[in-house]
Amino acid sequence: MTDNTLELTEKPRSQWLDVWDQFKTHKGAVLGLGFLIFITLFCTIGPLIWDVDAGKLNIRNKDLRPIYMGLFDSSAKVSWGSPMGTDNLGRDIMANIMQGGRISLAVGWTAMILALVIGTTVGVTAGYFKRLDGLLMRFTDLVLALPLLPLLLVMMLLFRDPLRSAFGPEQGIFILIVTGIGITSWMQTARIVRGDVMALKEREFVLAARSIGTPARRMITRHLLPNVMSPIMVSATLGLATAIITESALSFLGLGFPSDFPTWGKILFDSVDRMTSFPERVIWPGLAISLTVLSVNYIGDGLRDALDPRIRGL
Amino acid sequence: MLTFTIRRLLLSIPTLLFIAFVIFMLLELAPGDPMSQMPLTIPPEVKEKMRLALGLGEPWWVRFPLWLRQFFIVEPQYWIDAVFGTNFADGAQRIISFQSRSPVFDTIAQRLPQTLWVVGMSYIVGVLIALPIGIISAYKQYSVFDQTGTFVSMIGFSVPPFFSGVLLIVIFSVQLKWLPSIYDTTHVVTSWDSFVFQLRQMIMPVMVLALQTTAQVSRYMRASMLDNLSQDYVRTARAKGLSESTVVMKHVLRNSMIPVVTVIALGIPSIFGGAIITEQIFKVNGLGQLLIIALQGNDIPMVMTITFLLAVLIVVMNLIADILYGVLDPRIRYD
Repeated sequence: MTDNTLELTEKPRSQWLDVWDQFKTHKGAVLGLGFLIFITLFCTIGPLIWDVDAGKLNIRNKDLRPIYMGLFDSSAKVSWGSPMGTDNLGRDIMANIMQGGRISLAVGWTAMILALVIGTTVGVTAGYFKRLDGLLMRFTDLVLALPLLPLLLVMMLLFRDPLRSAFGPEQGIFILIVTGIGITSWMQTARIVRGDVMALKEREFVLAARSIGTPARRMITRHLLPNVMSPIMVSATLGLATAIITESALSFLGLGFPSDFPTWGKILFDSVDRMTSFPERVIWPGLAISLTVLSVNYIGDGLRDALDPRIRGL
Repeated sequence: MLTFTIRRLLLSIPTLLFIAFVIFMLLELAPGDPMSQMPLTIPPEVKEKMRLALGLGEPWWVRFPLWLRQFFIVEPQYWIDAVFGTNFADGAQRIISFQSRSPVFDTIAQRLPQTLWVVGMSYIVGVLIALPIGIISAYKQYSVFDQTGTFVSMIGFSVPPFFSGVLLIVIFSVQLKWLPSIYDTTHVVTSWDSFVFQLRQMIMPVMVLALQTTAQVSRYMRASMLDNLSQDYVRTARAKGLSESTVVMKHVLRNSMIPVVTVIALGIPSIFGGAIITEQIFKVNGLGQLLIIALQGNDIPMVMTITFLLAVLIVVMNLIADILYGVLDPRIRYD
């Protein structure tokens, strides 16, 4: 008899399945996730299908307009060979956007992960070990009081050449930008994680774990970290958005990657001089940055709702 | 309250010293050389003399206290002399730019008004737009207006200023030819026509910066209003028979403004950071552009001073936000 009723009830559900169900109800978040997957595939698999070399000069086909311009203006130079047009050296813009997207997204993800690792480490340490709390949080406050954008600019300019000679032009700048963004954006995560860890420490299950002699290392990895996953994930989305914007801003100020090395911010910066005649060259990379960041922000919004157990299940 | 203020003031001194030290050491440890722009034909011994003339011969533990002395003692003395005609400074060495060989603060004083005009105006405009949006969004939660407001502020968060600025230039200067794309800082307002011109050239940079402010402040305003609208005292006010406008605009708004005011104070430094990019787009020759030029020319005293001034602004605004919170909200007592 009891077996029967058990079969009638729903299948056991994991926490993450619940989260996913709640996440699906947030339309903006689902759209955002869809766009993020699309733009990631566009940049990673795109170059395999659209195998035009992003750096290849083709002076004969320079200054092509995007393909839709043919609809309004029959005299516009268009070609199906480059649907988004070409730049003043004849490089295909679509191939450049794909290549630039790879770099921009890679910088965004790596910098975000670095910031999360630093922030979580500082937060958990400060929250768990009372002795270190004052020191670490004072340090966090000090870093928060630094003017970060000017300092990032200073770091870019001053450490560019040595890192470039040490790791090569692309690797060196990549390491510099990722480190720069990572060490200037971990503070919010650290504060949130510390607060949550301190609240968790007072709960019964932590007391129970401690009473059976769990060492601090296992306590953190096994009991505390899984429970602070939700705020970490929400700040991960915020971190990804700011990292992409910061990288583009640095490239836009001319302090990012070298000139023959496209990122979205760099393409935008290079096109600003000629935007009166070719506005689309500014708009493609700008749209790519803005839509990616917008979708990441919406995902963060949806995640925040989905991970909040008070809202979930309603 | 007074003891709290004094304690915070005293605490901010080591903070500022630490920040100055970090900036100084970053510039010191960095391998960039102010002499790297000089022609290669200059013989090494002359180069060494030029380095000494720039004050680079001494080790950092001599130069750092010297910079602190110049920043905190000598420069204020010069300002007092300039205002009252006294002679406290007595010809003491000021902070000199490597590039222009003129005092750093003179250049900053020349550039500051442009930045303040654009940044200050955009902040005021942004806050003035944000407050009503936040109030209406909260009062009519989940209405079409609220959804639109949420979407617009999402866009404000997501579209970086270097794209929104460029987009505005493409639309309003290139396509419609309504507004000038370059901010003319030599323009002086003398008549009605020149005032209109000034307004027209300010619209785009101000709107770009204001979009960011609006996005942030309207979110905070909405959240704060929502918190207060569900409080018991609102029900009491309605039950007393107060009109809806009195309830919302007097009772709820006043209480909701407390956290928003601090957010507004805390946002001021970050908008100066954002102005670095906006000034680059619209070619405003303000502080941000000065910083970029100084960075590219390895002008260490200029970079150091501007960055430190921004840090001072951050620390002061944090202090003001904390004090305002205590003054406005009697429930909060720091002592």
